Amino acid sequence: MANPLALYTHYVSISLRSQMQYRVSFLLGTLGQLFSTGVEFIGILALFDRFGSLNLWSLAEVAFFYGIVNVAFAVTDMLSRGFDHVGQLVRTGEFDRMLLRPRSTVLQLIGQEFTLRRLGRFGQGAGVLLWATLYLDIAWSPSVVALTVITVCCGACFFLGLFINIGTVSFWTTETLELMNVLTYGGIEASKYPLAIYHTWFRRFFTMVIPMGCVTYFPIVAILGRSDPLGTSLAFQYAAPLFGLLYFILSLFIWRLGLRHYRSTGS
Amino acid sequence: MQSFVLPYTAVLSARFRMILQYRAAAIAGFVTQIGWGAIRVMAMEAFYRSTSAPQPMHLEDVVTYIWLGQALLGLLPWNPDTEIRAMVRSGTVAYELVRPVNLYTYWFSRSMAFRIAPTFMRSIPLAILALLFFGMQAPASPEALVYWLAATFGAVLLSTALTVILSITLMWTISGEGVSFLVSPVIYFLAGMVIPLPLFPDWAQRVLDILPFRGICDAPFRLYMGHIPATEAWAVLFHQLIWIIILVAFGAWLLSRATRRLVVQGG
Repeated sequence: MANPLALYTHYVSISLRSQMQYRVSFLLGTLGQLFSTGVEFIGILALFDRFGSLNLWSLAEVAFFYGIVNVAFAVTDMLSRGFDHVGQLVRTGEFDRMLLRPRSTVLQLIGQEFTLRRLGRFGQGAGVLLWATLYLDIAWSPSVVALTVITVCCGACFFLGLFINIGTVSFWTTETLELMNVLTYGGIEASKYPLAIYHTWFRRFFTMVIPMGCVTYFPIVAILGRSDPLGTSLAFQYAAPLFGLLYFILSLFIWRLGLRHYRSTGS
Repeated sequence: MQSFVLPYTAVLSARFRMILQYRAAAIAGFVTQIGWGAIRVMAMEAFYRSTSAPQPMHLEDVVTYIWLGQALLGLLPWNPDTEIRAMVRSGTVAYELVRPVNLYTYWFSRSMAFRIAPTFMRSIPLAILALLFFGMQAPASPEALVYWLAATFGAVLLSTALTVILSITLMWTISGEGVSFLVSPVIYFLAGMVIPLPLFPDWAQRVLDILPFRGICDAPFRLYMGHIPATEAWAVLFHQLIWIIILVAFGAWLLSRATRRLVVQGG
């Protein structure tokens, strides 16, 4: 029996081959991803051109937030397509087949599709991040470098947790609730800008209920080396990404709970 | 005359009734768009707090612009007609060619329903909520309301003409969303959905004035709030009309080319 990693690599290679069957569509899809995140960034540029700054934040700082968040989300977006399909799998009874296989369902779902065209978002985010890094005067001490890497990784885990939650809900609703998109894509939309600019209720929600700010705001403030207008301490900013990881682990537990609750639709 | 128009109105109303069945999707979209609008409004408020210099639009106008955009989001030509996509993929598009109707007009009617029906369902409740609670303003004057309605009808025709063109391009790419992946983010941006067009730099305005996309969102919205005075409404409608003629002519030509070289898929 193949070990999980080898199995996953196999899944990826199958998925890549199938996507390469429609090469033109793949290229258009990747470019489209690049465009759709690209126009968002051009919008930010136009707003800074008009207003000069965003409260106390400069364009380069906002670009740094934007870059980190998009890179982390793009990674998740490549892995998580399967969780979008859970509703459909449950409804058609296909999910039973997954349960029969001697491998974890989460692994199988992550392996369902490796959405390569998300490289468009990744490339765009990485480009903006690079530009911001060159422009900003960040003190790259080892701890700051480590925090940056950890933030991106924990960010990707956090977003994966969100997608797993969306899949979990399908066990009860037998439908993929588009409603949840307001959390994933809405969250991404919101974290283009520093969390500090939003209303208090909104900030609280995305820190205490859904700890998105812990991977998209607090650690980045520490990386930028500026004081947080929200008044958090440096220690908290360094520890914050762990809450993203914690959220991911928690969502895996809830997934297990959902699995236990699962009843085949029998169709 | 009546029997000549009948097939087109029949497909329009049948499709309309079918789409109205999908209420769950409508509710999901509704909540997502409220969240999205709220995020955009908060970000714009923060930008307006950053400067005291006079801007080409008041913040209240920007807020109204954003909510109108969220309410009428479905009118944008952001994807090809999903039924035509399915037909091209399965090969049943061949049956479309033998129908005793003008294919372009037929597709135009069905795409128009595809654009209007879902929008119709969510725009009215969303607009009511936004008017009551989220700072959207009522039309500037009864006159502005009339011109806005006229321009919105023009926007529907513009958007449908673009949707049909996107659908026709599927005959070349076959799989997926094809060219629309690439084109829709650009249209979305140039129509004024990412940021209100008046906030773009002044040099960009001249280009935006020539392009057709302003007529889909920006111009009707600004008629609504009186940002474009009612005396200039005719210029807006005329601009829309010219572009509708051009896009319809182009679509019809493209369709005649596509059907001449059509290779039917599958069997």
